[in-house]
Amino acid sequence: MSAFSAIGEEREIDRNEYTPDIEPQPTWCPGCGDFGVLKSLKGALPEVGRTPEETLLVTGIGCSGKLNSYLDSYGFHTIHGRSLPVARAAKLANPDVEVIAAGGDGDGYGIGGNHFMHTARENHDMTYIVFNNEIFGLTKGQTSPTSPKGHKSKTQPHGSAKTPIRPLSLSLTSGASFVARTAAVNPNQAQRILKEAMEHDGFAHVDFLTQCPTWNKDAKQYVPYTDINESDDYDFDPTNRADAQELMRETEDKLYEGEVLTGVYYRDDERPSYQQEKQNIGEMPDEPLAERYFDDDYEWERSYDSFIDKHK
Amino acid sequence: MSDELIWRIAGGSGDGIASTSQNFAKALMRSGLHVFTHRHYPSRIRGGHTYVEVRASADPVKSRGDGYNFLLALGDSFARNPQEDAYYGNEEVKPLSENLDELREGGVIVYDSGLLDPSEIPDFEERVEENDWHVYDMDLRSLAREQGREVMRNTAGVGVTCAITGIPLEAIEELMRDAMPEKILEPNLEIMQTAYDLVNEEYDVDAPDVSVPTGDHDEEQVLMSGSDAIAYGAIDEGCRFIAGYPMTPWTEVFTIMSQNLPELGGISEQVEDEIAAAALAIGASHMGVKAMSGSSGGGFALMGEPLGLAEMTETPLVLIEAMRAGPSTGMPTKPEQADLEHVLYTSQGDSQRVVLAPGTVAEAYDASRRAFQLAYEYQIPTMIIYDQKLSGELTNVPASHFDREPNADIGMTLTEEELAEQPHTGDGKFHRFQHDGEDGVSPRSVPGQKGGRFLATGNEHNPAGHISEDPDNRVAQMDRRQRKLDAIRTDLDDDGLLVEHGPSDADYGILTFGSQQGTVEEAVDRLNENGTSVKALTVGELAPYPEEAVRAFLDSVEETLVVEMNASAQFRGLTQKELGTHGEQLSSLLKYNGNPFEPREIVEGFTTNVVEDGELPGNETKFVPAAGD
Repeated sequence: MSAFSAIGEEREIDRNEYTPDIEPQPTWCPGCGDFGVLKSLKGALPEVGRTPEETLLVTGIGCSGKLNSYLDSYGFHTIHGRSLPVARAAKLANPDVEVIAAGGDGDGYGIGGNHFMHTARENHDMTYIVFNNEIFGLTKGQTSPTSPKGHKSKTQPHGSAKTPIRPLSLSLTSGASFVARTAAVNPNQAQRILKEAMEHDGFAHVDFLTQCPTWNKDAKQYVPYTDINESDDYDFDPTNRADAQELMRETEDKLYEGEVLTGVYYRDDERPSYQQEKQNIGEMPDEPLAERYFDDDYEWERSYDSFIDKHK
Repeated sequence: MSDELIWRIAGGSGDGIASTSQNFAKALMRSGLHVFTHRHYPSRIRGGHTYVEVRASADPVKSRGDGYNFLLALGDSFARNPQEDAYYGNEEVKPLSENLDELREGGVIVYDSGLLDPSEIPDFEERVEENDWHVYDMDLRSLAREQGREVMRNTAGVGVTCAITGIPLEAIEELMRDAMPEKILEPNLEIMQTAYDLVNEEYDVDAPDVSVPTGDHDEEQVLMSGSDAIAYGAIDEGCRFIAGYPMTPWTEVFTIMSQNLPELGGISEQVEDEIAAAALAIGASHMGVKAMSGSSGGGFALMGEPLGLAEMTETPLVLIEAMRAGPSTGMPTKPEQADLEHVLYTSQGDSQRVVLAPGTVAEAYDASRRAFQLAYEYQIPTMIIYDQKLSGELTNVPASHFDREPNADIGMTLTEEELAEQPHTGDGKFHRFQHDGEDGVSPRSVPGQKGGRFLATGNEHNPAGHISEDPDNRVAQMDRRQRKLDAIRTDLDDDGLLVEHGPSDADYGILTFGSQQGTVEEAVDRLNENGTSVKALTVGELAPYPEEAVRAFLDSVEETLVVEMNASAQFRGLTQKELGTHGEQLSSLLKYNGNPFEPREIVEGFTTNVVEDGELPGNETKFVPAAGD
């Protein structure tokens, strides 16, 4: 019998199971987009069939980092920008656990940018949700990597001289095998995309547009969003890399001006996940490594038997 | 005739100096001798002056020794590229010119006359005569070129060494057969034999100028480095996950682990930076897997952040810090013990960690095993601090030292059955950070287990794991985490991490830590032979600091010299901080020029400064008087 009986348990899951019994009231501001992420995640997890106890949510720091205080699963609230490396190893150590990483735009595209690029490159099997509100919220409204050029804040009083980062293009170029954008004001689409992301075998990056009613009132977070997967105007095939690239370029140019496109931009279901690649070259055990530490019958190899001869 | 051979093979990086010396050392060990190697190399891939010393004696050897008595100047220190006449650098005679100062009187010089021209070295002939050196000029390059490839001149050099010192070729041949593929084995064997015969034809070596002593081991020995020992200790404790980023000299442990873990069903990850590396180890450990990471000074600087996360979330974590000379990137391939304060105090807040400092190869294995036990038993980051010297030095250790049972116990981690019975689930939830246990350890669960759901956070949190800024909870949590260190201190008391050497009623003391242990002990033996009554204490446990034991040692002597490889006397500072006394009794002998101490430097430093209150003769080492002087 597995040491982890919560894994793979097949039963009806109520979304309220993810709500902590003793409710720490969310400290997000009224009207914050983060409520939308929480809601759609609570909706998507049961649909994927994942119980709270087989789910590990790894977050960074900031308003987004509080997500795992309000979503009652196994949780690891790490440090600014470091959710991905912690999550990657967790998944490698026990691939049977559903691993979701989450963080903000400063957290994920700024301080954690290097990890983002490499996690996408390696195509780790996990879902990465970036709460993108184009602002540093919890530190009280500084310019973030996704703030538009010219954005004024206390730390950029003359307006930012930097063009914003292009998360979708960056993700695709780096090697993510699933790239999507959704918005907190579109709960149905968000839930659908999160479900698809979790079911995807590989690195699924979801850029989640969230509004910050306190520090970023000017951001166009409430504009109508067009779903590229459902709009007849686009007739879009997300498995076509070139088309995805073109559309990403377009929407990332226009995000601060006109129409905002959301939906699944790209998916490559053929590319093996990193875990699979590692298994193929013989660098990853077939059974979850974590299981072995709970197996009293496992015979641990020792260095004396394996290596001592070459030192004699 | 000397009772020991210290053979120095010198040349350029890429000349096969390391592999040749390793085989040579192993052959001497197999013949019954005690061996110890010292490696000196520049931070470049090809070319540049490099040497390895192999010391061999019938008696146990603990250090590189003083100077050396056999020089094999193998090639020049050029780097070549395949184009004819394309050279880099200007180091034609370095293997010969750079190594003469420390060659003992009556020593042997073998140089490759195909590459080296001693007429370019000022006063070479005079120095040879003055020091009674025995010079053998051999055209090793041509010899190797004629019978195989030029690069095989290292094998020719070994053949010459064997002929001069009286080592039978069979011992080396056996090793070459084990190590080399058939195709290159034959020419190598021929080259070695030809070189061997040539010496006997051209020189009268019936009475060797420098000979190899004979010895016998009581039990089977293995040749190992500190890095081997740390890796094997980790494997024996069930560590099956490593994440790292290459940096000298940490790379050695990382490489050994990476090459072996897949076969053992483990996982190795080379990642984008050291922050990620430590964070990955935390992620794997959080899942219930035994995991490690590590780096050297500059890379470890990046780990301060995840280190604090491991402390606050009480995630077991083992980190290795292989010191090299700093600040910044410093001298990448040179040893120093100057990261002590860096490792002790890095990371913000009142942080708790364990720091072990092995002094020998055998201790490196023990420290590695102990680090995992402590990290997982107490859910606390445990670090092993060692240096470039211990990481690369090879010495013989009884094979039986490693013949021990594996231990994959992950400490206070509950099973699902235990979780179901836990009193920690008062309100239906698992209270991961409950305030219980005298030692401050709260049992943990891992993701995927039924009934064990909890939040680990780097923020201060309540027993259930929720972020909390409640003052009473803060104090209770902090006190509990601090309590672990008291328990660990008691736990470590019986571990023999303090090694005393010399007469217990000695007048004077020497205090040291880490890789200087063996050198200090040799110096102590010599000082006592010369009539100075002195003993040494090597401290292998730096946090928690064993203050009682160190205090007892200092109280038992009149004065103590603290020996360490750094410029700011960090270990002495730590000792004074922890003890709060003895400042007027502690003087320092420091060395930070990139080379580890030789025993004679400690003997000299001790004699002139502590016993005679005089000045040091050279500028290799520096004396800092006691604060009360």
